Amino acid sequence: MSVKVIIPTPLRVYAGKADSTEVSARTVGEALGQLTSKFGDLRKHLFTEEGKLRSFVNVYVNDEDIRYLSKENTPTKDGDTISIVPSIAGGLL
Amino acid sequence: MANQAQLKISPELADKIRAYGAQTYPHECCGALLGRDTEVADRRVYREIHALHPLVNRRDDSPNNRFSVTSQDVLDAEKAARQQGFEVVGWYHSHPDHPARPSQYDRDHAWPWYSYIIVSVANRIPEEMTSWRLSDDRTEFESEEIGLQRVAS
Repeated sequence: MSVKVIIPTPLRVYAGKADSTEVSARTVGEALGQLTSKFGDLRKHLFTEEGKLRSFVNVYVNDEDIRYLSKENTPTKDGDTISIVPSIAGGLL
Repeated sequence: MANQAQLKISPELADKIRAYGAQTYPHECCGALLGRDTEVADRRVYREIHALHPLVNRRDDSPNNRFSVTSQDVLDAEKAARQQGFEVVGWYHSHPDHPARPSQYDRDHAWPWYSYIIVSVANRIPEEMTSWRLSDDRTEFESEEIGLQRVAS
C-alpha cells in the first residue's frame, strides 16, 4: 500500500529536508520502519532504545491518533497519510 | 551539528518571555517561538525569533516543575506561525526557583533542531535566560548564544 508520511519540521534535517516521503506499508509500524530504513538518523528521535515509540511522538493516520486505533498495528491503505506530530514537554527536574 | 546556529531575538520579546515566567510563577510557563532560519554566506545559520505564541501548561498535576503542550497545541502554534509567515523554531519555558539549565527530563523529551529557551524565575523575579539545542545523538544539549537585537521582518 502506498502511504505518504509527513515528516515533522524538527526531523526534516535528517531526511534531506524533505517534508514528506512515500513508503509501501500495510501497517503504521511497517511505514515507520520503512521511514527509518530510508532515513536512519530519524530512528533515535522516534524510538527508544527498546524500540518503543517515544511518548512525545504522536502518530496519526488521516487525522486519527493511532493510540485510539490499533497503535502500530493500525492498517494502512493506498493513499493514506501518516502524520508524525510532536508534543512538547520538559521541566526543571 | 553542522552550521552552529545563533539565536537572535529582540529585547522586547526576550522581556515578554521573562514577563510570562513572572506571571505564571511558581508554575512553569511555556510557549512557541515563531521565526525563521537564515543561512548567510559563510554557511552560518542565524535563527531569528519574530513572535511568541504563549501556550497553556497542560501539566496541571505538577506545574511547578513540569510543562507540556499537546500535539494539538503544536499544530495550533504551527498554524499561527504560518499565518504570520514564520514557522515554529522552538519553545520557551521557565524554571521557577531553579537555574536556566536543561534538566535530564528536558533532554529526555526534547526534539532536535528546535531552540529551547529557558528563563530562570526566582521569587517571581526573572533572572538568567539561556537557549539550547539537542545534539544529533541526543546525549546532550548544546548551548546556543542569544543575540539581543532587533530582527528585520
